[in-house]
Amino acid sequence: MDLLNVFLEEAREHLNALEESLLVLEQSPSDASEINTAFRAMHTIKGSAGMVGLDHVSYFTHHVETLFDQVRKGIIRLDHASISLLLDAKDHVESLIFKESSNEMMAISEQLIHRLQDIAPTEHAVTPEAEIPPSQLDEGEGYWRITIAPDENAFVDGFDCMPVLRELQSLGDSALTVGWREQPQQESFDPLKCNLVFLLLLSADVSKDSIHDAFMFVQDDWQIDIDRLSFNESDKLGDILQDIGAIDKAKIEAIQNSKPKLGELLSESGLVSEKTVDQALQQQAFIRKEKEKTTPSQPTIKVPSNKLDRLMDLVSELVIVHSAISQVSLVNDIEALDTASEELGRLTAELRDTTFSVRMLPIGSTFGRFRRLVRDLSRELGKQVQLETYGADTELDKVVLERLGDPLVHILRNSLDHGIEMADVRQAAGKSSQGTIKLEATYESGSVKITVSDDGGGLHADKILAKAIERGVVSAEDNLSVHEIQNLIFEPGFSTAAKVSDVSGRGVGMDVVKTSIEALQGQVTIDSVQGKGTAIAITLPMTLAIIEGLLVRIGIEYYVIPLNTVQECIEEQTTESMLHQSTRVINCRGDYITCINLRQLFHVKQDMPKLQQTIICRAQEQQFGLSVDEIVGQRQTVIKNLSPLYRHTTGLLGATILGDGNVALILDINDLYDSCQLSDSYENMPAETPPC
Amino acid sequence: MEEASIKKLQVLSFFLDQDCFGAEISAIQEVIEYRPITRVPRSPDFMLGVINLRGQVIPVVDLRLYFSLNVSEPTVNTCIIIIDVKLSGESFALGLLADSVKEVVELDTSDIKPPPKLGNVIDNKFILGMVEYNKLLIILLSLARIFSDDELQHIADGSEPSETVIEESDGT
Repeated sequence: MDLLNVFLEEAREHLNALEESLLVLEQSPSDASEINTAFRAMHTIKGSAGMVGLDHVSYFTHHVETLFDQVRKGIIRLDHASISLLLDAKDHVESLIFKESSNEMMAISEQLIHRLQDIAPTEHAVTPEAEIPPSQLDEGEGYWRITIAPDENAFVDGFDCMPVLRELQSLGDSALTVGWREQPQQESFDPLKCNLVFLLLLSADVSKDSIHDAFMFVQDDWQIDIDRLSFNESDKLGDILQDIGAIDKAKIEAIQNSKPKLGELLSESGLVSEKTVDQALQQQAFIRKEKEKTTPSQPTIKVPSNKLDRLMDLVSELVIVHSAISQVSLVNDIEALDTASEELGRLTAELRDTTFSVRMLPIGSTFGRFRRLVRDLSRELGKQVQLETYGADTELDKVVLERLGDPLVHILRNSLDHGIEMADVRQAAGKSSQGTIKLEATYESGSVKITVSDDGGGLHADKILAKAIERGVVSAEDNLSVHEIQNLIFEPGFSTAAKVSDVSGRGVGMDVVKTSIEALQGQVTIDSVQGKGTAIAITLPMTLAIIEGLLVRIGIEYYVIPLNTVQECIEEQTTESMLHQSTRVINCRGDYITCINLRQLFHVKQDMPKLQQTIICRAQEQQFGLSVDEIVGQRQTVIKNLSPLYRHTTGLLGATILGDGNVALILDINDLYDSCQLSDSYENMPAETPPC
Repeated sequence: MEEASIKKLQVLSFFLDQDCFGAEISAIQEVIEYRPITRVPRSPDFMLGVINLRGQVIPVVDLRLYFSLNVSEPTVNTCIIIIDVKLSGESFALGLLADSVKEVVELDTSDIKPPPKLGNVIDNKFILGMVEYNKLLIILLSLARIFSDDELQHIADGSEPSETVIEESDGT
């Protein structure tokens, strides 16, 4: 359906361009460039209307295009009459696209076509563009109808319905109604028995499986029905009542013939209880609301992205100014100042969130490109592959989204080429001949998680290990776990494809993916079961402009560590040996991990305190510690670029401005870890700092 | 009038250590008071660190260290001269630490003499010329040459962990 939205947006632009050209042509009828613009606009609308299944639009615009073609060739000259006819035609196209097409509209089309043909006699009978069955495009906009009838003994067994419902509701917009399984009788009513039936309408772009997941613990005993309904299905009250089995069709029709409002009539006549009608009405409201959402009625404006960047900069500065003011209000105990500062803080936060949301784009806008890729590639490779996408609404910063495209294409290509097997191999393995690749985007604790999973052959751990040993990436004695072996595919210059194909396997693959995701402050993990399939998960921050950071102090210097890499903080006594080593080994919950002494690494001159704080971070699947003097606290950190002069300085992500106006540097944990590994020998030189 | 302006050169004069230097003002954005500089670890010594200039993070370079002059503690007279430079097409602001800033003077281009071949405090290639103004010798710096693409590239590339022990002078 995204395709349709894109088409509508473009069509509007093209129609506007067409109108402008026509108006210019009215003044100077032989302006070649305007004729071309108009022709192109019509031509594009014709082509893309056919693609989204608006066959009538494409049929009609074809005639307009023919006319323009003849104008272009100089066969006919435009005059006022023909311009006004063309403007009429343009208006008609607009209403064909943006309003419902009816028989009446078709009649107008024919009439206009006649008039067009009067001006420009057609060479031969015209057939509409290749027909695309209109219903084939997509699963379609729709919603899930979930009927849940908990087991009679659910209460006795200690099951709570609420968590299940809450989980379902968290998936998307929903409407919940509760009813009885059977109308309770006063004398036989047993409060211990669960006699409830829940009906949940859910408008969410999720798979049936993920809905089933909510019932993981109760699946066996409860009665659960999940249906996908289309918005095209009726939202009439009678149909809803019928659907939930409250009444049959014949009775409704009988009553409907007597006109007034169906709901009132039904409840008055006692055929359906008033409560049931109320519930059905609630559902109706929900469906209508969701329907409205899917029709793009909101006008949009295009804004140059540098204006948005400027806005973002200003907001960032405002955030900084606010933290300065709140610091002042903390020190000076003035009530009026406190109030004003709090209010400013609230507004700043709101302004920041709104500005962010303006920069956010739904990830679905890139899905179309992937569909095409999978379609073309699977044909090329002779495989049967289907791409399923979920979570198209998940929003990401536009910068992140732009830079995410290539890595995702890489992963998809890999899945298609190496993951999914040929149809006969699949059948031999007892799988359906058509492979499935799932592209799923979800929100997960303040970041966005994108998973690409296939049901292909999975990774061959033995092959990878053999290759890695051959390439000298690891040695045979390393004794790696399966998971560690799988992660080897992210090593540079690593490819297990037996032969280099056009599609993938040039040896530059997953390491590039990993590098580009890490450049976006994200992380990539892989999970694969041989014979079952592979899932690659990318976790990304929602925006690159502001991150949650942990502010730390070393001597008199302040640094920020991105919070998403922090796992825990521990405290240690300072020992003599710590003074001289830039890295050492510490025991963290039974594991021995490397700890980097930032004081040594950064050559901080001030004396070491008696207690050292160590922050346990995670980067590149590795745990390691960073020793600092003090952990100041969590901060919203506006990332400022370091000057290009510092682009070769390792371990830094950027800088930020603290509440007091000073600059603190933001550490790039991945880079820092890498640079420590490289410069280990150098950093272990005796320190010049005298012991305290 | 126009002919005269071609022959005139407006120069900002400032002190580094004991010597007076001048820089043509067109590249200069502004002069600000000295403020604490955040050190960037593992970068060359003459790159003092970064400051916050109205929300922008700007690097500050100590020309005294770059030219191997004597370095002293910052005083009330210490200033940071903000200039515009270009590195591979990307223009950005850069701060120069100066022991003090004197004034903007207007010089006749005819008064500018080439630097002597030997005995200069800094490398000849960075000197545009020398001029005597009010009995004070001003060494005219070519900012364009000091911060040319080549030199900047050299600075940016050279910022690997430096082997030298940190200078005794304290920039922070």
